[in-house]
Amino acid sequence: MPGLVHVQTTINGVQTDFLAEPRQSLLEVLRDVLGKTGTKEGCNDGNCGACTVILDGRIVDSCLVLAVETQGSEVTTIEGLATADGLHPIQQAFLEQAALQCGICTPGFIVASKGLLDQEPDADEARIRHWLAGNLCRCTGYDKIIRAVLEAEKLSK
Amino acid sequence: MPIVFIPTMLLPVSGGVKQVTIDAANMRQVIDGLDLLYPGMKSRLMDEGQIRSNLAVAVDGEVARLGLMEKVGEESEVHFVPAIGGGAAWWVGWRL
Amino acid sequence: MTSNQVLSEVEYRVVGKRPVRPDGVDKVTGRAQYGADVYPAGLLHGKVLRSPHAHAKVVSIDTSQAEAYPGVTAVVTAADFPFASMSREELGGGYQRLKFATDLIMASDKVLFKGHPVAAVAAVNPHVAEEAVRLIRVEYQQLPAVINVQAAMEEKSELIHDDLYTSYLGENSEKPSNVAAHLYFDKGDIEQGFGEADVVVEREFHTEMVHQGYIEPQNSTAFWNTDGHLTIWCSTQGSFMIRNAVADVLQFPISKIKVVPTEIGGGFGGKISTYLEAPAALLSRKCGQPVKMVMTRTEVFEASGPAPGSWMKVKMGAAKDGLITAAHVTLAYEAGAYPGSPVMAGTSCALSCYDLQNGRVEGYDVLVNKPKTSAYRAPGSPQAAFAVESVLDEICEKLALDPLEVRIKNAAKEGTRRVEGPVARKIGLIECLDAAKSHDHLKKPVQGKNRGRGIACGFWMNRGFQSSVTMTVQYDGTISLLMGSVDIGGTRASIAQQTAETLGIAYEDVHPTVVDTDSIGFTFVTGGSRTSFATGLAAIGAAEDVKEQMVKRAAQIWDTPAENVEYADGVIRHRSDPELQMSFQALAKQLGSTGGGITGRNNIDPSGEGNGYAVHIVDVEVDQETGKVDILRYTAVQDAGKAVHPSYVEGQMQGGVVQGIGWALNEEYFFNDQGQMMNSSFLDYRMPTSLDLPMIDTVIVEVANPGHPYGVKGVGEVPIVPPMAAISNAIHQATGLRMASLPMSPGKILEALWENGKS
Repeated sequence: MPGLVHVQTTINGVQTDFLAEPRQSLLEVLRDVLGKTGTKEGCNDGNCGACTVILDGRIVDSCLVLAVETQGSEVTTIEGLATADGLHPIQQAFLEQAALQCGICTPGFIVASKGLLDQEPDADEARIRHWLAGNLCRCTGYDKIIRAVLEAEKLSK
Repeated sequence: MPIVFIPTMLLPVSGGVKQVTIDAANMRQVIDGLDLLYPGMKSRLMDEGQIRSNLAVAVDGEVARLGLMEKVGEESEVHFVPAIGGGAAWWVGWRL
Repeated sequence: MTSNQVLSEVEYRVVGKRPVRPDGVDKVTGRAQYGADVYPAGLLHGKVLRSPHAHAKVVSIDTSQAEAYPGVTAVVTAADFPFASMSREELGGGYQRLKFATDLIMASDKVLFKGHPVAAVAAVNPHVAEEAVRLIRVEYQQLPAVINVQAAMEEKSELIHDDLYTSYLGENSEKPSNVAAHLYFDKGDIEQGFGEADVVVEREFHTEMVHQGYIEPQNSTAFWNTDGHLTIWCSTQGSFMIRNAVADVLQFPISKIKVVPTEIGGGFGGKISTYLEAPAALLSRKCGQPVKMVMTRTEVFEASGPAPGSWMKVKMGAAKDGLITAAHVTLAYEAGAYPGSPVMAGTSCALSCYDLQNGRVEGYDVLVNKPKTSAYRAPGSPQAAFAVESVLDEICEKLALDPLEVRIKNAAKEGTRRVEGPVARKIGLIECLDAAKSHDHLKKPVQGKNRGRGIACGFWMNRGFQSSVTMTVQYDGTISLLMGSVDIGGTRASIAQQTAETLGIAYEDVHPTVVDTDSIGFTFVTGGSRTSFATGLAAIGAAEDVKEQMVKRAAQIWDTPAENVEYADGVIRHRSDPELQMSFQALAKQLGSTGGGITGRNNIDPSGEGNGYAVHIVDVEVDQETGKVDILRYTAVQDAGKAVHPSYVEGQMQGGVVQGIGWALNEEYFFNDQGQMMNSSFLDYRMPTSLDLPMIDTVIVEVANPGHPYGVKGVGEVPIVPPMAAISNAIHQATGLRMASLPMSPGKILEALWENGKS
């Protein structure tokens, strides 16, 4: 078995140390090593976006990032959005707008939407559709997801 | 007496008769009655003691839940229709 | 511009409102536990070795190197499964040939599709298991692959099973065949009907195999405890189906198997069958530890249960005024490697939108060396609708009649006898067509070059089947509701709403939980658009049971016969003494001191389902340079009976439409001539993304189902039925092309445009 590498990173604002095999993806470490199962695996080849996390301010498919690459980085996962005070506006909007059915793609969509709204709080429908094109949802037809992101922009103000 | 509609595929067994009245109070009696009139009908409609798995029985337009125990009324219409669930292989996927 | 309309006839207090779903917060925060999120102590990981060939004899399997590999704890092959005969077994509502069911899970003598499991390995982590799988040596003797449904039906075709005969309603063919079954049903006299027609159109159609495309791959975690009890955690549409299937295949009592359904990341019919559960269980038995198996996306495509490709023929005749005089539909659907395609459901749906005097529907269940097909949203109906609704459009064109008016003229209504026999009760197709006619979408003409509009109708039976619910009155006046129906898209909410409505209490006071197979009575799958109807009825029945017991308890407290007490709107009253009344909550508080708790229960197998109908309108633009089709506007109209939670009904409609758009324009299994799928990734299979689509407008029509106290009927299946034909009809209006095969991908459109240009 390949040797383990010590990695130090910041996940959802908390300094986190873990040991990873060089071949393990960030997704695998988040789920299997750190118990953060909110990040989902849909394809493991970067095509569905269910494993989207924010890495140093950019959204990435965590299945395409090696865990050892995150040394010294800042990672935000779905577990880092809600606080003790309540849900993040995007989460609130998804909940109220019925923007999920089975819910497996939802963490990825919410994190990807955060990646957009952090930079472009007034993104319009076309921009949102373009930004979220890397996230697949098979239940909703995207209609209510797009509406929820637009609603989240209002809630954030 | 209930009216039983013979599936097209079984018209050779009934000698071309498309519908027939059978004195019966439940589906078991319907099928027994059909077989008496048209010997061989039972083995075409049933398999290993049950209504064939790709068939369902519709009594008055309602797909019967109780198979051979399903009650039929004096004025009932009985149809044999393609099975959609329960006995249908594809519905349960692995049930072949 | 309209977006989502609900045309309600009746309003209720809770049913028809849009509350937040009970499992919502856990699903937006990532806390909800799906199948792959199960991590019991001591967990090991399993992987499957799969056949690289579509058709081959298995000569030998050598697992010795894999077994010796460091970190490997167990290896299983077909030799570890109990002997499976060709006998037909019945357990829990269906027949099967045990050998077929077992061989699908682990191939014994032959592999019948690429991806067919041959062996499985458990190891300390998934990487080691993967490495060990590659060390298993299998010797195959390759056979010609049968991959075309028409070629498979020919007498000279290579046989997939030497001992399979065509069943012809109880009679078998003389020679073995790849056609497992041939059935047909008639009404009237089609020859006479065609004779009366002023125009007759006859066309052939092809569709390719497509996948449900749920985002969560199949997964299963099994623990075979040393006390002989097997626990399985998995993502399934039907925990009881999985339990019974595993019991059959492992020949192990159902009483010793507990299936714990986790949250499920989509299914659409594809998560009814069992694939990983039995191998995971046998691996766990060998190594004494829990074993988790999760499919890769490629495995999901190659080795789960997609929807069949098809060859279809439709002949339809009509009089000058648009009245359909006869129709003959022939459907040949791919079953995959073992018998059992949804072709019989296809025959029930094909002509059910119309009130025909003369019709014949005919179905062939055809084996090919492809994955065993399974259910996919309105199984069997979308293919047939593509063919039938395209031909009807062509008839309207030939007669220069409006396609909507012709559909209204011929629409099935109360009393219409379907071709295979049943008579429609109260149904809502005409109401849907009327709603479409008065919709803003149809009032505005399509403008612009290369643009066109199409409409199409769709049908799904909707069914009931068994459901069980229990509910306990907590002493604070809330309800703990247990059900066996897994929640795939908001049914916790819709069942809780029906419960709250029946009990006259607040929606927030009903707490629904989906429980395991040891904790509730038999419950059929979440699928076939049955859950909000059938499990809803079960919950209403259990709530009535609670009401009856509450009335008795109040009578006991007031020392009066129970018939003097009534229950209405959440209040228990003495019928003649206005002083004596208690709210549900007030009585709940007294339960503990007046004889103990109250639990309502109900196990049902209901009739009374209401048929589902939909009418879709779509505008497209066809790029003459590239052949790409863009969806400009889409409106789905559907009869929901009564939309329990309109947001989730809209969601079902929009999701079904978009799956249909994918089926129409992009999606297909692309096989090479060896029967190997060449596009088994999301990138190459290419489902619709948010960028490909407009908003999907919806109109919910409510024609109450008389078989349900609130008029509810199933809503999930029918939205996927009309899109392919509607889009094809729109492409015709835009370009003059009649597309006869799916998908209508850019390459195919371009080719057709060139052909058209030449002629």
